[in-house]
Amino acid sequence: MTRHGYSGIPRWVLAIAAVGALFVLLPLVAMVARVDWPRFVPLLTSEASLTALGLSLRTAAASTVLCVLFGVPLALALARTEFRGQRLLRSFVLLPLVLPPVVGGIALLYTFGRQGLLGRSLELAGIQIAFSTTAVVLAQTFVALPFLVVSLEGALRSAGSRYEAVAATLGARPTTVLRRVTVPLVLPGLASGAVLSFARSLGEFGATLTFAGSLQGVTRTLPLEIYLQRETDADAAVALSLLLVAVAVIVVGLSYRGPSPAGRSSRSSVAGNAADGEAGA
Amino acid sequence: MTFTLDAAVAARDFDVSLSLAEGETVAVLGPNGAGKSTLLSIVAGLLRPDAGRAQVDGRTLFDLGPGLNAWTAPHRRGTALLAQEPLLFPHLSALDNVAFGPRSAGSPRARARETARHWLAQVDAADLANRRPAELSGGQAQRVAVARALAADPELLLLDEPMAALDVHAAPLLRRLLKRVLAGRRAIIVTHDVLDAYMLADRVIVMEQGRITEAGPTRDVLQRPRSRFAAGLAGLNLVAGTVTAAGLRTAAGQEFAGRHEDPPVAGQSGVAAFPPSAVSVFLSEAHGSPRNSFPVTVTDLEPHGDQIRVRAGELSADVTPAASADLGLAPGVGVYFVVKAAAVSIYPA
Repeated sequence: MTRHGYSGIPRWVLAIAAVGALFVLLPLVAMVARVDWPRFVPLLTSEASLTALGLSLRTAAASTVLCVLFGVPLALALARTEFRGQRLLRSFVLLPLVLPPVVGGIALLYTFGRQGLLGRSLELAGIQIAFSTTAVVLAQTFVALPFLVVSLEGALRSAGSRYEAVAATLGARPTTVLRRVTVPLVLPGLASGAVLSFARSLGEFGATLTFAGSLQGVTRTLPLEIYLQRETDADAAVALSLLLVAVAVIVVGLSYRGPSPAGRSSRSSVAGNAADGEAGA
Repeated sequence: MTFTLDAAVAARDFDVSLSLAEGETVAVLGPNGAGKSTLLSIVAGLLRPDAGRAQVDGRTLFDLGPGLNAWTAPHRRGTALLAQEPLLFPHLSALDNVAFGPRSAGSPRARARETARHWLAQVDAADLANRRPAELSGGQAQRVAVARALAADPELLLLDEPMAALDVHAAPLLRRLLKRVLAGRRAIIVTHDVLDAYMLADRVIVMEQGRITEAGPTRDVLQRPRSRFAAGLAGLNLVAGTVTAAGLRTAAGQEFAGRHEDPPVAGQSGVAAFPPSAVSVFLSEAHGSPRNSFPVTVTDLEPHGDQIRVRAGELSADVTPAASADLGLAPGVGVYFVVKAAAVSIYPA
């Protein structure tokens, strides 16, 4: 994006920004430089790699679906309603953002594990979750859910509830308002939230290892496979890492595109108020 | 009376009773923060009053109070709201925006669109059907919003300063359009503009600080205002006081000689109203009966047509720019406002 206006940023700030950008870029360059290109494709297409990649994609997709399923109602409850303990609920929903994933994994273990809070009853019903593919999906959902909730709640707040109020006065039931007005209005926010959740799920390591273990084809996702390969075959670890970097770049490219329509409408409301002042004078 | 409302909101010091006959349009005037938008929100069901009741044609919108808890959700009220901003759904075409109401009421898509085309034509916006809201001008968007509200077939149409966000060219167009579509329709229109009240409403109510301070046929309220706000709208100076045989005495002891509109009842509270154009400005006290002369301090000068409006607190006078320059008028200058008794109307309030 080129700007012709005055930016007002001192040069030294830009210099520090350049150092910061290098700090992120340089390790990636170092990794690319370390890639064993002749063995690159065979390493990626080895059975272990393909199995891990397939498992990662499937579990990340499943956990993204779960994030949307639970995250949309959560974001709506946080952005559109007021109730006692709402701030507390928000803090708890956002907790996995700052919690070490290992801690999340332990918490899940004591919830769904054999001796866990719910796990014991599930065990009686013949359902075992810990150390299964389901556990991988749960671990990923646990760490990725806040990304969807945060991004969607922000979109909901900036869109405001005035369109919904108008829709209701036009005779639309709450469910109709949700389907035909609210969701379409925040679709960009929902999409970027879902993409971020997918990315976070794809990269999940600590909670997965703790709660689901590392069983090839069952719970050993790509990050676990990379960690394992690093001990035996560093070249394979680098090749797989590059693959994850590529996926991450695609994901970020998809989620950060253009301003959202919600931003546009909030600007027009400012213009509306200014015009109001004129007319009132 | 087919629409009745009684509502109180303690937190906003709001307490209003109102009723509308079939096909009647009422304009709600009042200063900012008087509770005009609160009134519409309560009727539309977007705000829950602490106590009160409202009915449309015998159907209860709400009935709240000790032991009462009847509440009809906004979407079942039939009270379409048209706000200052069009608030067209940005992801739908103009046609689908207008079809939103009929669709929500259960019409199949094709029939809803047919209804939408009809209403778009009614607001001279048939050619805008396929446009997105972002591709419409402010005036066009507000016309589509009018069509959308009407297409919902409301029993009571609520308009919250619909002209306020429009530019000087678009506003008159929309006002004419509203005059056409509001004829014979039950509506409440909140406005800042006395022209809206004259053109669109059968009756006006003036709200101040959460209460109705004046109500009546538009012409009566604006010709014989009893509240300072209505007087300001009608462009009249208004002085409150006690009726005397010769005129009116203010609380500060100032005597106003004037014309009694009704047989005077001395001691009754009343108001003296006179237009700024009848007020002359002098640097020294002018004598000679029957005139009213009183000292004031100029607070503001502003252009008013080809005249200068001289404001002194709540009162104002119109003088020519040349006279203003000759007198050396500026904020802070002490002058005398002089008005002939014949130009002062006195009536009970």
